Amino acid sequence: MIMVLNNRVDRSSLELLSKARKLADKASMKLSFLLISNSKKNVEELARFGPDVVILALHERFERFSLDPFLSTSKKILEKYSPSIVLAPATTFGRTLMPALAATFRTGLTADCTELDVDEKGSLLQTRPAIGGNVMATIVTPFHRPQMATVRPGVFEIEEHKKRDTIFIEEPVENPEDRCQLVRVEPKQAGAKLEEAKIIVSVGKGLRKKENVELAFRFASLVKGAVGASRAVVDARWLSHDHQVGLSGKTVKPKIYIAAGISGAVQHLAGMQTSEIVVAINKDRHAPIFRVADIGIVADASWALSELIRRLERDDDGSRQ
Amino acid sequence: MNVLVLVKQVPDTEKVKIDLDTGTLIREGLDITMNPLDAHALELAVSLKEKHGGSVTVLSMGPMNTVDVLRSAIALGADRAILLSDAALAGSDTWATSLALARTIQKLSIQYDLLVCGEKSTDGETGQVGIELATLLNLPVISYVSELIEITEGFVLVRRSVEDAYEIWKAPLPVCLCVLKSVAEPRLPTLSGKKKAMDARIEIYNAKDIGIDPEEVGLKGSPTRVVKVFNTKVSRNCTIYEDKDVPEGINRLVELIRRALEGEPV
Repeated sequence: MIMVLNNRVDRSSLELLSKARKLADKASMKLSFLLISNSKKNVEELARFGPDVVILALHERFERFSLDPFLSTSKKILEKYSPSIVLAPATTFGRTLMPALAATFRTGLTADCTELDVDEKGSLLQTRPAIGGNVMATIVTPFHRPQMATVRPGVFEIEEHKKRDTIFIEEPVENPEDRCQLVRVEPKQAGAKLEEAKIIVSVGKGLRKKENVELAFRFASLVKGAVGASRAVVDARWLSHDHQVGLSGKTVKPKIYIAAGISGAVQHLAGMQTSEIVVAINKDRHAPIFRVADIGIVADASWALSELIRRLERDDDGSRQ
Repeated sequence: MNVLVLVKQVPDTEKVKIDLDTGTLIREGLDITMNPLDAHALELAVSLKEKHGGSVTVLSMGPMNTVDVLRSAIALGADRAILLSDAALAGSDTWATSLALARTIQKLSIQYDLLVCGEKSTDGETGQVGIELATLLNLPVISYVSELIEITEGFVLVRRSVEDAYEIWKAPLPVCLCVLKSVAEPRLPTLSGKKKAMDARIEIYNAKDIGIDPEEVGLKGSPTRVVKVFNTKVSRNCTIYEDKDVPEGINRLVELIRRALEGEPV
């Protein structure tokens, strides 16, 4: 059995279910989705993405993720169903719960996978970027069960599967204890929505100064896109970490990815190589970013963005040629 | 307030090489440094000691040259430095590493109110050891801590940064905090700190000292195995527009954007 864990039915759940369905078919395994949550919201929707079983562990305590109650509940359910493979999104939820589960079950865990496969024996082949994105490593867990992996959101396509008779099971949850106490929640401003944008303009230090980042936002608003950033820009605090694209940031796959003033460190490339068309704008003709771009414009990035804005604003005025 | 900080030595990831047979890092001959994210954890620990008294212990597992990294931690304000080093530990995955560290903490009866670790290392980038270790020690864990707000009467109040919100959590001591960079900005070592570090004793233990069975750590004791390492092929055929062709490149980009906006295939 392959089991996918999450605390809400979101994009990352559907991506993982879509991928896991293919793995389950290949290895003739069952696919289950375990939702540990305070809400059944959107749960019916899951059936379209292929799970054989949906297991619900519902309790008001599960409104926000906290390790103690999620660990004790998932531990009991994993013991009961003993899945061979356990997957979770590499979100703050998965990256916290999964190591604790791996320690509890004395098994292996591979972080941040970008590719998954199973062999005929049901061994999970877990592939992830390693050593700063310089290489990819494929990892297996030969003798310990379950085999566990967290998976980068945004890597797998969401695919609907032909309708099957998904069984919904509600597991009782006894009042789960938590040594920690949630005092309050302060919602964040709507993020950069990088994962969903069709057009992304990512900025690097080649923009020369913080004020020029405003150009990227003006451009993004004209094309209803999102603004990404290189690690250098985030480190320099020109933009928050929410914008970071790359190994320690987000993985994106827009239709058009514009790298403006980004030289193209491997860590950055690891997060954007899934884009459909890559456009690089950089003054340095020899910047590595051009090797992974479809279109390269050798120019000052701030100038090029201003030029693009000027052209697109003219479109908006209805004076398109 | 006694704080235990996990520190890891990391190679410069730009220059790193890998052993294609075992899939592990070749660490020989590389410049090593303290994992940059651990420096933020250490700074938090030292600033807490300065405010509340107590001590800061740094704990690491790694080859013998990790001593240099531990000395730099003392120069930055740590009081005690412990290194677990043994050839039998080489190749340990996160589970085996966590087990070895948990045994060390138990065997040496290290006292702590807070266990602080950086979000992840810049080489392995798993972010798993802190949480696996805390689970083995049965500690409560708060991950993605962006700010330590205050410590009062056996509790810590922290701000946690998750995808959609900041959450304020109150946790009882002892607790494990996995911290983000924003918790503290690392200081530079002082001259007196450097002098202190030169004379400091680094406690070094091997697997036998701690009572670790070599079979349960290292490559042998690790549940995961690297079976293949390969280079990423990300090259595309780039059409370059430069000098007088730049306007043509901009035109092409504008055309692509228009098509994408109109929902046509780009």
